[in-house]
This record gives sequence, structure tokens and C-alpha cells, in this order.
Amino acid sequence: MVELKKELPAIFEEFADKRRESFLTIKKFKDEGTPIVGVFCTYLPREIPNAMGAAVVGLCSVSDETIPDAEKDLPRNLCPLIKSSYGFAKTDKCPFFYFSDLIVGETTCDGKKKMYEMLAEFKPVYVLELPNRQSEEGIALYRREIIRFKEKLEQQFETTITEEAIRHQIHVRNEMNKALVRFQYLMTKDPAPVMGMDIVNTTYGSGFDMDIENLPARVNAMTDMIEADYAAGKNVGKRPRILVTGSPSGGAALKVVRAIEDSGAVVVAFENCSGLKAMLQTDEENPDVYDALARRYMSIGCSCMSPNPNRLAMLDRLIDEFKVDGVVDIVLQACHTYNVETAIVGKLVKEKKGIPYAVVETDYSQADVGQLKTRMAAFIEML
Amino acid sequence: MMTLGIDSGSAMTKAALFDGEKVVSCRMEPSGTNPGQVMRRLYEEMKTADIAYVVATGYGRELLPEADKVITEITCHGAGAAFLCPGCDTVIDIGGQDSKVILLNEAGQVRDFLMNDKCAAGTGRFLEMTMARVGSDIARIDEFVAGASPVTINSMCAVFAESEIIGLLAQETPPGDLALGCIHSICRRTAVFAQKLAPAKPKVFFSGGLAQSQTICTALAHYLGIERVQTHPLCQYNGAIGAAVLGYRRAKR
Repeated sequence: MVELKKELPAIFEEFADKRRESFLTIKKFKDEGTPIVGVFCTYLPREIPNAMGAAVVGLCSVSDETIPDAEKDLPRNLCPLIKSSYGFAKTDKCPFFYFSDLIVGETTCDGKKKMYEMLAEFKPVYVLELPNRQSEEGIALYRREIIRFKEKLEQQFETTITEEAIRHQIHVRNEMNKALVRFQYLMTKDPAPVMGMDIVNTTYGSGFDMDIENLPARVNAMTDMIEADYAAGKNVGKRPRILVTGSPSGGAALKVVRAIEDSGAVVVAFENCSGLKAMLQTDEENPDVYDALARRYMSIGCSCMSPNPNRLAMLDRLIDEFKVDGVVDIVLQACHTYNVETAIVGKLVKEKKGIPYAVVETDYSQADVGQLKTRMAAFIEML
Repeated sequence: MMTLGIDSGSAMTKAALFDGEKVVSCRMEPSGTNPGQVMRRLYEEMKTADIAYVVATGYGRELLPEADKVITEITCHGAGAAFLCPGCDTVIDIGGQDSKVILLNEAGQVRDFLMNDKCAAGTGRFLEMTMARVGSDIARIDEFVAGASPVTINSMCAVFAESEIIGLLAQETPPGDLALGCIHSICRRTAVFAQKLAPAKPKVFFSGGLAQSQTICTALAHYLGIERVQTHPLCQYNGAIGAAVLGYRRAKR
């Protein structure tokens, strides 16, 4: 059992600080000769690069700092995550891009696919073909793609990746996801033990934690501590309970979460890629590790899948489990698949679950903070 | 006992005094560059000894320290509509900076809403700009477009629409036809926006400054596919009245 000596806010900050800290860690890894693999979406099985001892870093960018540079090459009316990521790569302002020996993308949404083609002109890029259908054929195709990716790593880094090493990494990731899911399920308690902002900063920060073997113990210790505090009567008080879903919403897009919580509600669940959406379990009993990985990753309910029943199923379940009073769907500007899907999600939330639903379209700028505040405050007054 | 509602909008600040049964008085002033000061002035002018509760709403709602409660304009517009137009289920408000559609339940409470705050083409600002371009102003719009036949404005953006209008003026299009074309453009857009939420045969209360124009009311009803939209002589004060009504309910608790 890991002992945590600090008070809670400090611990949350410690997790959130992992991102900043990881810049230094990555430099150290680089100096020691550890291969560094930069990845984008949650569809990429990080188990494979981890199995050869590589450090894996997330490249999805969440600030508007480099968007003007990106817009020299990319259209203005494009998703801010894609523009920002491309901009950080182009300007080398992000150490993760700078130190990555290989940048790995997947054919997820149209904007990203095309951006990878342009990125490949000045960075070492490898793209996995991600099928858009969660059928047996799709899973078989992705299984082959995962193997092809493993072979690419073996060839580039002159190493061998054994199934045994992959199996071990599957276990490590499963344990990590179990701990992070348990942590997020603290919020099923009513009143909620902490604010949603604390939850999202911790889960987002943990994605940058390089010490993944020990991460579960640290997360579990924090969860235990919150549980103990809760039992002793510590909570955020009775508030309307909101579930956030939609496009990736880390960094600058957290202004929406802030607007919700500043208006007196609490975000109890995040059904998006920094939250529960991708924290699934891989079948450790499956003798074929590649099949196990393909099945687990292909089941992620992102709107780039067609159809996308797993997102609806997860929302349906989370709304009950977290006793949700209202759903806010965050759509990043020009994120067509999530935007179109709002009609389908709205139907589920309003008609089947019988609770209010709001869509906010936003980007990484702070220009709409006032309008967001009005909109979210009105939504919460309505509950 | 009286309650005061103050609605600090992007163009105008409105205040309404309510005695629990009727609106006692209303005032309005341009919000200008110092909306907080305008709110304060209206507050000072309207406050009486028996004011029990003050509610602030609108974009400047955080700027009045004397307010007992801050409520968003969505909730206030809903409450105002339920008071001015009992039985309505849909509120359409075209404001200076945004437009909104609010659905009400049987109890007159907000049950869903949509805001268009990203684009000026569906707001009062667009019409204001057009009227300035053709050398008139919004207050005279009904007489200005009398007997005109609307031209089609195709642009989806207020800025490009202005270029289109300049082009049409250069082709000697009658200004009345242009202004009516602009009204139809706004009403068509607003109707499509409203139909995302509204029931099939909505009982619409139309609020905001533009609701004072008979031409606009008729065009909006046409695009919504209904006989008429309801409005009220005090509809421009809808947000402030709603704030005062909500304040009264809170004061009575």
C-alpha cells in the first residue's frame, strides 16, 4: 500500500502536474536512449510500444497557442484539436513532438487522416488503418494492422516484441484502467465527494504518467483517501449532477466544465476520451493477444465508428449509475461526426432517459466564455 | 410588496416593477459602454420603499451589487412569457446580439432551449444594419416596407449579406424590397432554428424589440407554418418582467 502524506488538493495537483513533469522525464528518457513513441487517439494499443520498453506520449494538443501557425497550411474551419496538434508539430513547441522517434496516427476522423498526410512531410509518421465498422471483418482488419504496427516498431528500433511482453502490458493497462475507473466511480455517490474538475484533471494528468506499473497503487490510495473523507462527512453538497460527453475536451475546452461547475452543478461523469469512454478491459484469457487487443480497442464508442452503438449503450448505463440530472454534449468546432451524432444522442437522453440535454459547440479560444456561462447557467436553472 | 427586475441586454437595459399581479411600470435605456452604471441608474430611479426583492438578468447581470438574485435571461424570458402570454409553449426572442428559442411546460417553466449566439445573420443587429444602409431605422420598418416585394438575400453571413445589399442597391433595387427581403431572411432563419425544438403546432410568444413590427410577426408566422404569433405591447420588457415575477415568487417564500 502506497502511503499518501499530502492533503487532497495537493494530490490532485500532483497528478495534474504529471504533464508538465513529463516534459523533463521525456528528456531524461531520450538521453538514456529509450525509444519515444508519440500517439494520438485512444484507439492505439499503447501496450505494443510499451512492450518494447518505449515511452509512450500523447500528442493530442489542447491549447490555441499554435493554431495561427497551423492555419498557414490548414483550413480555418477545421477542428481545433487537429489544428493545434499540427501547429505544435510544425513549430516544435511541444517537447513530445520534438522528442518522438515515431509519431503514430490512426485513420479515425477525416480531418486527422488528412492532417497526418501533411505531418508526414516533416515528421516520421506511421498510420494504422482503423476500420469504421465494429464488425468481425473490422476486428480482423485491425488485428492485422496491430501486427503490422508491431513489425514496424521491431524493424525501426531493431528489437523483438514478444507476445509475453505484450501480455504483461495488457495486464498493466488493465490494472491501470481498473484503478482509474474505480476512482471515477467515486462520483456515483450523491452528494458527490469532489468536483468534476478534480476528476478530469487527475485522469487527464495520469495519461502523462510514465510510471504506469505503479500508477494503480497511487490512484487507489487516492481513491481510498477520498472514500475515507466521504465516510467522515466530507462532500461537495447537494448539487445538480451533470454528465459530459462528446469530442475530446481536455485543456482549453475545460472552460465548458468550469462554466457548468461555476453555475452550481457538479460534473459527475465524463463520457469522452479523457474520461470513461476508452478505459476498457482487454481479455487476458484470450490466447491470441492481437485478437484480444483488436476487440478491446475496436469497441471504443467514438463517433468515427458507423454505426456507433457502444457510445449510446455507455451513456444509457452511466446516466443510471451516476444518477445524472442532465447531459452536456461538447462538440469541438467542425467535428462533424460528433456534431451529427448530437441528434442521435439527444434522442436517447431526452426521449429514452427523460432528462435535459444541451449541445455546446466550441473551440480552444476563450472568446465564448461569457456566452458559455449564460448557456450553462440557464441549463442548470432548468434542472 | 413590489419586486424589481432589471435586464441588461446587449443593446438596451430594461427594468420592470411588479406588484404580484400587474406590471406597475417599465423603463428602458441604451446599455451603452457602461452597462453596470445604466443598471444602477435604473435601479435608483425605480426603487420604492416597498421593494422586497431585486433580480438582475441579461449579459450584465453580475454588475448590480444591489440584486438579491442573479438569474439567466433564458429563465427570465420563460417566466416573462408565461406571465404575459399564459398558455404559450414556445418563446422566440430575437435580441440585439443573439436569438433564442425556449420551450415551456404546462407550469410555464423552461423545459428546453436553444441559443444562436455564433452568428449575427439571425439577430436584430442584421436588420439594424440593413436599415442603416437603406437610410432608415428599425422603428419605422412597417411603413418603410409597405407595398414592397421582398428580394431574396442569399448570404448566410451578416457581413457578406451587407455586401450583397450594396450590390443590389447598385442595381437600383428599391430599398423597401431590400428591407423586406432582409426581414424574410431573418424570419426564415429563425423559423428553421425554432423548428429544431418546437412542437408541430407551437403556440408562439414572440418577444424582443422586433416583435413590435406587424410585418415581422406576419413573416415569422408564415415561415413557422402557423396562423399567428402572439405578442404583447410590453414584449420588449419580457426579460425584466420575468425577472420581477421570479423575484416575487422568491420574496413570498
